[in-house]
Amino acid sequence: MIPAAFDYVAPSSVDEVVRELAAAGDEAKVIAGGQSLLPVLRMRLAAPAKLVDLGRIPELRGVRDDGDAIVIGAMTTHYEVQRDPLVREHASLIALATDTVADPQVRHRGTFGGSLAHADPAGDLLAPALALDAELVLSGVDGRRTVPAGEFFTDIFTTSMRQDEILCEVRVPKRTGWNAHYEKFNRVAQAWSIVAVAAAVRTEDGTIAEARVGLTNMAATPLRATAVEQALVGQPATTEAITAAAQHAAEGTSPSVDGNADLEFRQHLARVLTSRAVSAAVGA
Amino acid sequence: MTATVEPEIGRARLRKEDARLIAGRTRWTDNLTLPGLLHMAILRSPMAHARITAIDVTVARKMSGVLAVFTGADLADEQGSLPCAWPITEDMKSPSAPSVAVDRVNFAGEAVAVVVARSAYEAADALEAIDVDYDELPVVLDMEAAVAEGADLVHEDLGTNTSATWVFDSAEAGTGSDVEQAIAEAEVLIERTYRQQRLIPAFMEPRSVVVDPTGEQFTMWSATQVPHILRVMLAMTLSVPEHKVRVIAPDVGGGFGGKLQVTPEEVLTFLVARRMGKAVKYTETRSESILAAHHGRDQLQKLTLAARRDGTVTGLKVELLADMGAYLRLVSPGVPILGAFMFNAIYKFPAYRFVCTNVFTNKTPTDAYRGAGRPEATFAIERLMDELAAELGVDPIEVRERNWIRHEEFPFTTVAGLTYDSGNYEAATAKAKELFGYDALRAEQRERRERGDSVQLGIGTSTFTEMCGLAPSRVLGSLSYGAGGWEHAAIRMLPTGKVEVVTGSSPHGQGHETAWSQIVADQLGVPFEDVEVLHGDTQSSHKGMDTYGSRSLTVGAMAVVRAADKVKAKAAKVAAHMLEASEGDVEFEAGAFRVRGAGATAKSVSIQDVALAVFAAHDLPDGVEPNLDSEATFDPENFSYPHGTHLCAVEVDTETGRVDVRSYVAVDDVGKVVNPLIVEGQVHGGLAQGIAQALFEEAVHDESGTLLTGTFADYLVPSAADLPTFTTDRTETPATSNVLGVKGVGEAGTIASTPAVVNAVVDAVRHLGVSDIQMPCTPMRVWQAIRTGQTDAGGLGNEAGGGLGSIDSSGGAR
Ligand SMILES: Cc1cc2nc3c(=O)[nH]c(=O)nc-3n(C[C@H](O)[C@H](O)[C@H](O)COP(=O)(O)OP(=O)(O)OC[C@H]3O[C@@H](n4cnc5c(N)ncnc54)[C@H](O)[C@@H]3O)c2cc1C
Repeated sequence: MIPAAFDYVAPSSVDEVVRELAAAGDEAKVIAGGQSLLPVLRMRLAAPAKLVDLGRIPELRGVRDDGDAIVIGAMTTHYEVQRDPLVREHASLIALATDTVADPQVRHRGTFGGSLAHADPAGDLLAPALALDAELVLSGVDGRRTVPAGEFFTDIFTTSMRQDEILCEVRVPKRTGWNAHYEKFNRVAQAWSIVAVAAAVRTEDGTIAEARVGLTNMAATPLRATAVEQALVGQPATTEAITAAAQHAAEGTSPSVDGNADLEFRQHLARVLTSRAVSAAVGA
Repeated sequence: MTATVEPEIGRARLRKEDARLIAGRTRWTDNLTLPGLLHMAILRSPMAHARITAIDVTVARKMSGVLAVFTGADLADEQGSLPCAWPITEDMKSPSAPSVAVDRVNFAGEAVAVVVARSAYEAADALEAIDVDYDELPVVLDMEAAVAEGADLVHEDLGTNTSATWVFDSAEAGTGSDVEQAIAEAEVLIERTYRQQRLIPAFMEPRSVVVDPTGEQFTMWSATQVPHILRVMLAMTLSVPEHKVRVIAPDVGGGFGGKLQVTPEEVLTFLVARRMGKAVKYTETRSESILAAHHGRDQLQKLTLAARRDGTVTGLKVELLADMGAYLRLVSPGVPILGAFMFNAIYKFPAYRFVCTNVFTNKTPTDAYRGAGRPEATFAIERLMDELAAELGVDPIEVRERNWIRHEEFPFTTVAGLTYDSGNYEAATAKAKELFGYDALRAEQRERRERGDSVQLGIGTSTFTEMCGLAPSRVLGSLSYGAGGWEHAAIRMLPTGKVEVVTGSSPHGQGHETAWSQIVADQLGVPFEDVEVLHGDTQSSHKGMDTYGSRSLTVGAMAVVRAADKVKAKAAKVAAHMLEASEGDVEFEAGAFRVRGAGATAKSVSIQDVALAVFAAHDLPDGVEPNLDSEATFDPENFSYPHGTHLCAVEVDTETGRVDVRSYVAVDDVGKVVNPLIVEGQVHGGLAQGIAQALFEEAVHDESGTLLTGTFADYLVPSAADLPTFTTDRTETPATSNVLGVKGVGEAGTIASTPAVVNAVVDAVRHLGVSDIQMPCTPMRVWQAIRTGQTDAGGLGNEAGGGLGSIDSSGGAR
């Protein structure tokens, strides 16, 4: 399939990028790994006049330690995130979720920032970012600002980024020593989630002290299963207690439905997968 | 002395073609460039059924790089009707099938205009500038609704959505008794309706065609399985003399029946190249391939099996609705008819009746897809045998044993009138059970059931056979097929003793170059490396019937063997002369001629020596032509009947409905084997495709006829990550119908595996009140079936799945 014609620029700084975007108005789009954008262009679902490539800006790529948080550059590929020691130590939920994304080819090109910016409700990295209270650092012509994940995802494929802004990096508070698990349900190995549950749990002497549970594809945006989180805290880390708490998982969800799963099945899956995710995290 | 000693046949040789195919170091059709090549793109209808009221191409025509835009009106006079070579009944209704729609579109994806431009990019851009006005017509999608009284019509002028009804009745044919009587007298009746969902062939290389009209002949390169058939059909349908057309199928990346076609795209590229007087290329996108290349399967099967309480089957009645889609393509009507001979399978049914109604709908036409008619039949009967076993409370393998043809009963003429030449179902089943660990798995299943484990184990059996090696020409004639089923081959002995084998079958991934080289190396006693196999170009391989229906080895290679016999016969005359012996006194062994009984050290001449002597032609016996080259055309006497026993164990997560194939054992009997590695590859690929139908793949349309599964994100083709490690083995019961003792293997895995998997899934949850789950057995369908089954526990129970009512939209059991 052949996309409509477009101009292409590959600036070497974020400043240049945002100037390009501001000048082009609605006509421009940034391209990161292209793993979501290129299919859209090739199917001619979008036809931007200009593509602004973020691939030549080294500062957008890589993971660094920033005291009580780690900072993941938007252009860090899934492959790099999976293997990054800082991510694995302080935000293992993100590494585990990234392991389930697509296939090796896609993981070598697709980026962490691109996944979040694309805001596909079925994308696997949104719920972990939300569950871990990640902060998204945006740059625009008016400078930088930081948006909490909870305010970043506003609707299906829609974020609170302005037209001239890009996502530069993501700050993830360290949750060292937490146990995490990403429970993904799909039909073939390389597919997006039908439903998935991201769980990060801190236990103290066999009791759940803190729990963070995020839901993938259970609404137009990723969701926190707050009722589950509350029900878990103070409970023993046993299958029975976790399963009981997980019964709240579908509360407040409004998933879209398709041939893979109707509403009832999706909500059922949310409960089952939540129980499994939390149990797997704590080893119950 | 260059003769090979160790026989080539039976060696697990790596395929000689793989290096170039895997590394892509070859010319696929789309890689071809010619001077001044133009590019064609096709605008396709988004509507499933509509009148075209206006097409405005003025803007598109003026766009950069665009040389021409043609609509149906422009090409109506020369496009003719796409051929259907299989009029199954005398009164079959077949609508005219344009390559580009003229005033109506009948399925979403049908061509409505073509753009010719200097580049593929410009052609694609111009498609967007074409404006088509459609007047929507009622859409016909559901087969049962389509054949009901007062249904909306796909083709108004035909007056019906029924294309043809084809009947086989064993009482009428004299091959068995009356099925209605068997049903009336049955102690046990199993009535079920199964749905064969629509599948999409999903070959790796999209279809591509290049036509060069600038030479004395039109040359068409096409990613096709059937270059020879294509050439004849172009000549017959496009008023171009046959000798003015050359068709080349270069390396072709898979087909699975999906490229057994004369496509609208081929015809359009031809017409446009002829109009423009310049070479034109068309390569489809993956989306076009999924949407517009023919689909497969799509049947509704109403089945009645009659049996006695002791498990002996007494009759089988099959009533099919088969979805043709909007038009009849090359062999569309015959695909379900191929199944007619296979519902009785390996079992000794005394009475059988088969009625198939071919139905038009506003969907992409269906046609051959790996197995073509036989997977559908095999699924039905193998599912029914499991249902019968469940009804009687006996082991599914036991029920099969009670009814199958015993090995000492071959050759066996079936109730469908075929004569199976050989087989040993007992041996294959015994081996499969052992490899599978059948008894241990049954014990584990019991244990999990008793424990109420959330993960249940299911075991599925498929003791399949199939008819392949298409086909004896006289049988095809009796089925009103428009051509014969023979195959052709030629062998050229080159002066240096090397050998060119020309084959009329047309490989597109099967490995003919390797297998044919092995066969010829043995036949002529030349090294494997000295054989070159030529195929796929009607100029070099001038006669052929191409590759489909697992026919290449059992039909095509027999022609090769016969041609080799003729080469040897010719060479014997010359060799005798060279040995100063009489022809009757020389014998040929391991590539050399000697005087019979003269001992291994006696003077000999090799076949290469003879080739050189014939080339020089200085001293040939009187009346002998200086030529060893030989041709042969082989018409098989019978079909080939591979069989096997496949056992599948699945784990069903009853909480999520997810099915994981835990182990899969395939013991196939394909007779003698030329190359075990190629056989193994065919079985693996076949299993993957059959399992795909059971669990993953399904073409889904919305109520307006739009294909919802238009990309590989929605049409789920499983990869290695989704499949188990297969355990494959063989038993070897030689075919008696050919000199090599070989049977076809190209479709066996696909035909066998689908019911094995679904039987396993149902077996895993049968104790929860489930007796059927519609394919593909998605997690949601399995979960719903379990829930419904549990709610109904003690109620509908074993009757679930019976009657048309089981085809509900969610696919769950009733
Ligand atoms: C076959 C296949 C399977 C896949 N399976 C999965 C899966 O299982 N799970 C999953 O989560 N994902 C899956 N994906 C998507 C994949 O993870 C993509 O990498 C990701 O969605 C987008 O990342 P990208 O870098 O490729 O972004 P691009 O495709 O380049 O861009 C996506 C969108 O985000 C915008 N964008 C990108 N980066 C920025 C930025 N820094 N600032 C502002 N806007 C930006 C672009 O303008 C565009 O609109 C799959 C993709 C493919 C092709």
